Amino acid sequence: MLKTIARNLLRGPATMKGPEAAEAGVEELASRLDRAARIRLGRSLSIRQVDAGSCNGCELEIHALNNVVYDLERFGLRFVASPRHADVLMVTGPVTANMRDALFRTWDATPDPKWVVAVGGCALDGGLFKGSYGIAGGVGAVVPVDLHIAGCPPRPIDLLAGLVALVEAAK
Amino acid sequence: MLDYLASVGMRAENHRPYPRFDLSREAWAELTTTLAAKDEWSLLGLWADTGIVHMALRDEAAMTVAVVSLSCPEGRFPSVGGVRPGAIRLERTIQDLFGICAESLVDPRPWLDHDSWPIRLPLSADPPDPLGQPEPYPFLPVEGPGLHQIPVGPVHAGIIEPGHFRFTCNGETVVRLEQRLGYVHKGTEWLMAGRSIAEAGKLAARVSGDSTVAHSWAFAGAVEAAIGTPVPTRAVWLRALMAELERLANHLGDIGAICNDASFAFMLAECGLLREKVLRVADACFGHRLMMDRIVPGGVAMDLPADGRDAILDMVREIAVAFPPLVRIYDEKASLQDRTVGTGRVDGGLVHRFGAGGHVGRASGRGLDARLGPGYAPYDELDFSVPVFTEGDVNARVWVRIREVEASLSLVQQILDKLPDGPVHVPVVPVAGQGMALVESFRGEIMTWVAVRDDGIVTRCHPRDPSWFQWPLLEAAIEGNIVADFPLCNKSFNCSYSGHDL
Ligand code: SF4
Repeated sequence: MLKTIARNLLRGPATMKGPEAAEAGVEELASRLDRAARIRLGRSLSIRQVDAGSCNGCELEIHALNNVVYDLERFGLRFVASPRHADVLMVTGPVTANMRDALFRTWDATPDPKWVVAVGGCALDGGLFKGSYGIAGGVGAVVPVDLHIAGCPPRPIDLLAGLVALVEAAK
Repeated sequence: MLDYLASVGMRAENHRPYPRFDLSREAWAELTTTLAAKDEWSLLGLWADTGIVHMALRDEAAMTVAVVSLSCPEGRFPSVGGVRPGAIRLERTIQDLFGICAESLVDPRPWLDHDSWPIRLPLSADPPDPLGQPEPYPFLPVEGPGLHQIPVGPVHAGIIEPGHFRFTCNGETVVRLEQRLGYVHKGTEWLMAGRSIAEAGKLAARVSGDSTVAHSWAFAGAVEAAIGTPVPTRAVWLRALMAELERLANHLGDIGAICNDASFAFMLAECGLLREKVLRVADACFGHRLMMDRIVPGGVAMDLPADGRDAILDMVREIAVAFPPLVRIYDEKASLQDRTVGTGRVDGGLVHRFGAGGHVGRASGRGLDARLGPGYAPYDELDFSVPVFTEGDVNARVWVRIREVEASLSLVQQILDKLPDGPVHVPVVPVAGQGMALVESFRGEIMTWVAVRDDGIVTRCHPRDPSWFQWPLLEAAIEGNIVADFPLCNKSFNCSYSGHDL
């Protein structure tokens, strides 16, 4: 294990700096996000993720934001365990009828000022699940949405770009 | 089993590739008694359609599969939950969705219906209005000195799907866990009914996002069986390529996440990087990191690009170098082993009774794998073995994944070596029929059943995720463990909420 750690230290971070334009964009986006958050909030951003009915595809890509390639935490962006610690609720999925109350109560428990980011095609208007008896609608049908990040699921880079847009636009 | 079923039932037409038998009520009741004596006949699925109940069974000795059906004009059928406990939640679901009653069901409480839908019995012919004043859900009663309860969820503390866990504890020790699921019920089966094959296929791809490839394959396979579409050989091999990439990505993610739940973040970082490499190659080759909607009835939606082969082989080589040292670290870290060895043990007998597959089954001595039994192309031309452990603990479930990562790395190479040329898609010309397919996802075996009309409309589709038979065993795994080990046990199972709740 020490060998692996030593090798990693010598080799430098696995983060970004790949050949693709998208990868190079990660670093820039993330630091812009951190700067904006510090200006608007006086500190970095805490995110609480709520799955209100997703197929779990969106969760996989949100998870990827934490891997060493995207590594959100180095910019101080954190996923927190309680809505009471959160600035942003990141909500995925069409909101199922069975999750409607739980989502609303999570939102209600999040202190102001707060933003809601709806992630994925389902979160916009129910997506492919639109019209089902089991669906209350998109996230906006239950709590006010500040930003929607499109995709099925959105790539990690799109999630990052979305968060930047959100915080930079915040008053 | 086939002989027995043929002797008690009427062989139905247009059901492929496995036979379906219509049973009388008496024959169904007798079959449930026979099941009690036939341990090797395991339950593959139990689902309903308007006025009829279907059950899929597998004879594990002969590796044969069949479906039996009972029409129930009076809206009731003899429950099989008593002899196949994996059926209990499926029967509760049939009651919730169709209003068809499973007689003498040991646990008749509602399951997916949380009294929040605008209608009741949504898949029945004539759904009634909701109850005005819903009753609170009756959790199982617990009594005894020193017991206390910890309710968790549906919203959990991590980036994870929602569900409710009710722990009853004595001090730190869990005496009982009771799950309540259904929170992400989206009405997927209701939406699929009456849609075109293409539209229903998109819903099948979203039954559980982490196994989107396997679910799409199972759906496509069932449709192709129903209408007799011959799939081009190259498409079959590309399907297997995607399925193995999906298995690889998920197992790598799981191994890291399980170690992380034992506070060993190093492994999450290392495995997370390897997982990311797989997803990027999938994106580069198939235009989607999870390869969603890439397997479609008739073949695959796109061919492997010219440089795809080299990109995948480079990734495989990289992981083949990086992974073995990580396995050694896992195996040699005493502090990590202390958490995973002996934790969350599932008894082999229980795994068999519930018919659980995937890493949950294989870690407890049940080595079934749909790729080999009943088996499907192209795995008959590939060389691999299915890892089986008997300890049944978190550690064994990690080892199953480790061995499967190694197997998948080899399978990807073999597939690329043998990949035949040719077309990758044929048009699907609809014919009326019923079809079924078994596909091994990273989590275990998926069984999908469809009925298609001659105008290409799907009248009924039932995708049965492996999670159905694994979730109940998590309740058994945690018993006698400490509350703090629950995340570890849960992650080592990694059941799908969405795949189960539908
Ligand atoms: S947007 Fe797509 S990936 Fe996300 S929850 Fe919906 S179906 Fe799943």
